[in-house]
Amino acid sequence: MTAFIALVRRDLRLFFLDKRAMTMSFVAPIVIASFFGYLFGGASDREPSKVAVAIVDQDGSSVSRRLIAALSAEKLLEVTPRTLENARESVRTGKTTVAAIIPAGFGAGAVGGLLGGGRKPNVDILYDPSRATEVAMIRGMLAQHLMGAVGAELGGGRPLSLPFEVRDEAVTSRKGVTYNSMAHSFAGMSVQFVLFMGIDAGMIVLLQRRSGIWKRLQAAPISRFTLIGSRAASATLIAMIILTVVFAFARVVFGVKIEGSFVGFVAVCAAFSLVTATFGLLIAVFGKTPEGTRGISILVTLILVMLGGSWVPTFLFPQWLQKATVAIPTRWAVDGMDAMIWRGLGLSEAVGPVAALLGFALVFGALAVWRFRWQES
Amino acid sequence: MLAATGLHKRYGSLVAVENVSFEAHPGEMVGLLGPNGAGKTTTVSMIAGLLAPDAGEVRIDGALVRGETDPVKRRMGFVPQDLALHDELSASENLALFGALYGMRGAALRDAMGRAFEIAGLADRAHDRVGTFSGGMKRRLNLASALLHDPQILLLDEPTVGVDPQSRNAIFANLEMLKAQGKTLVYTTHYMEEAERLCDRIIIVDHGKVIANDTLDAVRRLVPGVNVLELDIDNPGPGDWAAALRQLDGVEAVACEGRTLRVTVRDLLDISPRVLLWLRDGGYRCSHMASQRADLETVFLTLTGRSVRNA
Repeated sequence: MTAFIALVRRDLRLFFLDKRAMTMSFVAPIVIASFFGYLFGGASDREPSKVAVAIVDQDGSSVSRRLIAALSAEKLLEVTPRTLENARESVRTGKTTVAAIIPAGFGAGAVGGLLGGGRKPNVDILYDPSRATEVAMIRGMLAQHLMGAVGAELGGGRPLSLPFEVRDEAVTSRKGVTYNSMAHSFAGMSVQFVLFMGIDAGMIVLLQRRSGIWKRLQAAPISRFTLIGSRAASATLIAMIILTVVFAFARVVFGVKIEGSFVGFVAVCAAFSLVTATFGLLIAVFGKTPEGTRGISILVTLILVMLGGSWVPTFLFPQWLQKATVAIPTRWAVDGMDAMIWRGLGLSEAVGPVAALLGFALVFGALAVWRFRWQES
Repeated sequence: MLAATGLHKRYGSLVAVENVSFEAHPGEMVGLLGPNGAGKTTTVSMIAGLLAPDAGEVRIDGALVRGETDPVKRRMGFVPQDLALHDELSASENLALFGALYGMRGAALRDAMGRAFEIAGLADRAHDRVGTFSGGMKRRLNLASALLHDPQILLLDEPTVGVDPQSRNAIFANLEMLKAQGKTLVYTTHYMEEAERLCDRIIIVDHGKVIANDTLDAVRRLVPGVNVLELDIDNPGPGDWAAALRQLDGVEAVACEGRTLRVTVRDLLDISPRVLLWLRDGGYRCSHMASQRADLETVFLTLTGRSVRNA
């Protein structure tokens, strides 16, 4: 036990002595999580970015003018009148997301079309294909305001409104608690960077194998379990320290609270830390040289992180992929953290992710022990 | 007593160590000599438990050494050829770690660390980061680290590689002190002069095989009558200019290093004149000549036909 503790203490000491690497372990997830969190909503009620829309009014009727006025009043849109050529060029160069072309005779044609007589006029939409998702939103707004504008024309100036009101509610842990997009962002990024630390833990073993230190360890009367176990223990502790610092920052700066079970959150973090440590051991065991192993380890980590939903939520994945990613440990870590942080779920909801993560850790650890090369070939 | 019997190690088709056997007794320093790649490190690695031999066994006082956690391993200290130190940690942190590997802690560890620092001559640098040490200081600490648990047997794998003369002498003094204390030392090196200075018993290894195993004097007697002529040539030729000297009867080997020509001869009185005549006829001028007894380098050269450094 003396040797085990000494080896764990050494690993922790080496981690804290490497100021640059240690700082990066804390700063990188915080900076990137803050950026993504801000991008996807942030913690405050900041004004959302507007979508640039060009309107080419070839009609000049009261209908088209009402339509342009209604669209201009939308908070999410930045409407600019343009000529057809100018609008097309603006969309092509990416300065404008969507251009709507209201052809001559549109007002009269639209009124006739609504009443069931005559040929319906076209509204041509030019859009930037890289932002296709915003086209649907603008198409919906256009339809809504067109109805209003045509209705006003028919009703002597009174706009035609929808026959119902929509009320929506973001369902969070409880009433009064608003969704903080920093919560998911910090969960995802901390998972990613803790895994990167796991790579480093494995790399250290590979580097040590080249040095006399490894030979001295082999010459000492210690078992491979002491050697592997101490490495796993130290990596688990370091992972827990990183998670603690990162989430403490999120709590203090962005107000990210553990709305659910705190014990459950700690359990998910601890289980994921163990997965990270055993993942590092796999790298140490299966890697041949540090140079050759680093690249493939980073690639594997990025794939794990991507499929685990750290970058984008898994609901955006195709259905089959959503089902397939349950075989990815990072998915359980991110979902488990989300459940405990902003969904505000209880300890019982942490049991599944914790059990899954411990299962992964067990498999990784067993593989590492099985394939561990005590001697150099 | 350390007894290695029939050690054998193969890597694929390469036989690294073939049937190596020897004994090392308390108060004795055994030198394992040979060129790089001869199998010295592999042999010591098998003794230290770093490598499992394909055949053969290692015993310490009759007890077989086997397994990772065999308590018999506590009787050995190992000084690897590569520095086994953490540059980022202080000297005392390094020693504390290596002591803990042998279960040492508390006052016993502190006392052992104190003794180790005295041996290394680094007591005043105990709390300094090892990364700030010179190569020689690191080598001394590397040696001291293996002594913490007071092993009965010390295995030293090329412990003076890259060491300055001052540290080398300090290491030699330490080894002689340990020998005087009754420790058993096994010392690998390809520096023949080190072995001649330190070792009581010489084991010459080449291509994994033991080609000589005896006391220093007995090994020297393996090449009776052999002497080395050392000549300073004022106008040496280009390249391997003296290669033709090897064709002379009685010339065992020829080595040129700058202006110095070393010729190994079987019979000093008979062959030396022929060498001098060859030089004179070739138009070479000799400003100085000396002869010396066969050293281990010469023995190796004579037994293998190759120089240790060129092997």
